[in-house]
Amino acid sequence: MSVEAEPRMVGVDLQENEENRAIVEAVEADNEDLTVRHMPGLIRLTKPGRLVINQASVEQRLGRPWETHEFQLAIVSYFGEIVEWDDDEIVIAWKH
Amino acid sequence: MSVPTQKPVRKLSMKQRYSALTHDLDWPLSYVEEDDAFPYTKFEGIKVHDWSKWEDPFRLTVESYNKYQAEKDRRLYAVLDGFAQSQGQLSLSDASYMNAMKIFLQGIPSGEYQAHRNFAHLARYLNGPGARFASLCQSMDELRHAQTEIHTLSHYNKFFGGMHDWNKMSDRVWYLSVPKSFFDDAGTAGPFEWLIAIGFSFEYLLTNLLFVPFMSGAAFNGDLPTMTFGFSAQSDESRHMTLGLEGIKFMLEQDEDNLPIVQAWLDKWFWRGYRLISLVAGMMDYMLPKRVMSWKEAFELYFEEQMLNGLFKDLAYYGIKPPRDVEWAIQEKEILSHQVYWILYQFSHAAAFTTTVPNAQDQAWLAEAYPETWPIYKSVVWDKAQKVMDEGGRYFNPGLPQLCQVCQIPMGFTEPGDPMTQCQRHSIYEGERYDTCSDGCKWIFEREPEKYVQAWLPVHQIYQGNCGGPTLPDVAVWYGLEPGDGGEYVGSMDQLDWAAWHASTVKEG
Ligand SMILES: [Fe+2]
Ligand SMILES: [Fe+2]
Repeated sequence: MSVEAEPRMVGVDLQENEENRAIVEAVEADNEDLTVRHMPGLIRLTKPGRLVINQASVEQRLGRPWETHEFQLAIVSYFGEIVEWDDDEIVIAWKH
Repeated sequence: MSVPTQKPVRKLSMKQRYSALTHDLDWPLSYVEEDDAFPYTKFEGIKVHDWSKWEDPFRLTVESYNKYQAEKDRRLYAVLDGFAQSQGQLSLSDASYMNAMKIFLQGIPSGEYQAHRNFAHLARYLNGPGARFASLCQSMDELRHAQTEIHTLSHYNKFFGGMHDWNKMSDRVWYLSVPKSFFDDAGTAGPFEWLIAIGFSFEYLLTNLLFVPFMSGAAFNGDLPTMTFGFSAQSDESRHMTLGLEGIKFMLEQDEDNLPIVQAWLDKWFWRGYRLISLVAGMMDYMLPKRVMSWKEAFELYFEEQMLNGLFKDLAYYGIKPPRDVEWAIQEKEILSHQVYWILYQFSHAAAFTTTVPNAQDQAWLAEAYPETWPIYKSVVWDKAQKVMDEGGRYFNPGLPQLCQVCQIPMGFTEPGDPMTQCQRHSIYEGERYDTCSDGCKWIFEREPEKYVQAWLPVHQIYQGNCGGPTLPDVAVWYGLEPGDGGEYVGSMDQLDWAAWHASTVKEG
């Protein structure tokens, strides 16, 4: 457990395209204090502490089934640690 | 708003599938000793008590791996076809942009191939099935990277110089010994050091600095194919970062005695990787006609913020400290790209890319990105180079540079905090003197002198007569250089062709 006052940032860089817009919207909806930065071709999502990608939220916005493995097509890079990658969610956080 | 109801029902959860298709496919050895089957995992001194603790957070199986990799390739090749059919090379920001891609093609795919080979080795020789399978996936990824990079850039080879003999060049040309020796160094280490060198230090700590700003730069300069293969490769990179992080944590969790070994590797490979990507600093700040961010900004964002303020706080839990020469790298962020590009400028008559004095627009950008240091380099270096140009000449360094024994970059770096004093360190080993560019490279040399005295240093090789002959034209032939590959950009074949293509486009339209 961290004893710092402010949790450290974690984040993920995604390719900017039509399909990934649904993922970005889902992440925005499910993560408070999310910062979104646009760079050419890229969207960078950062947040203190813990970032969650929920399968249900993404499916709702895409209007089709989406398995979390598909996130591999969207991700360009990340920082933090992938602490969970399961059927229903992906979680990025620092462990210590 | 409703989630489709015909969602396929799965018999196993992702966790169970991963377990069933990786760890559960392993078997205990019955008629062979473990040390005979896996002979390379003891000599480095890393102690492992339980290989089953190695897990891949991506929970990838052969089936899901193939499915998503095939989709990535399908998407990439659709872009390549569209770009070629639409004569996309004409809509690049400028022909000078290609210089960055020449260095990329000459330096990177052979490194990817080395990575492919060494991860294949790990996929066979690591004791645990989780570690082996993740290595197998990375091995196949790296082969895909080499192939897609070559394939993508082959389109440009039809129109621009410098790309025709990248494979021969990567073996022979002076600046390309920097990446080549880096991978040779890592590949001749043991499997655990390889994991810290490439999996952790390169992929996790530094790869973002190489790929993300670069690929974003490709997007900004109208280079759709490079952007697409870059992002496609980088999506695998997220998995490679995970393998590297998993690797270092696994070693640290298995035994306390592993800590000092891992720390020393981390110290070494941070510096090796950092010196390697200094070439990227020069490309980012000087070779992209349209820039996304400066080297300094990328370093602050991707290294200082994400790694020093994020990752290293996490690793402190295990007793890991930030790399020993990190402060040197931080203070160098203001000057690194200026120094590297000046090296490339002086010696581009013996290279397969062209360089030029930054134009007015470039200079305005540099002044804004580096308010403290750009004015110094402008007056000390570039105003003089411009004056030579104005008088109808072009400054090339007539000599051959001394190279650092470890990173193999010409000695062009300076003392910390003193950008006007050249830095040079030396060590004596068995009565011979060896020179290095920095405290970092000196420390690396003195840790393993018996390894680095064997370095294939391009300048020494030229003097020893191993590079085609005694004169620069002889060496250029041996390098595979052709007219139009190197030298000054202004008036180069690339620039003249570019102007002609656009003049005819206007006339026809
Ligand atoms: Fe790669
Ligand atoms: Fe060096």
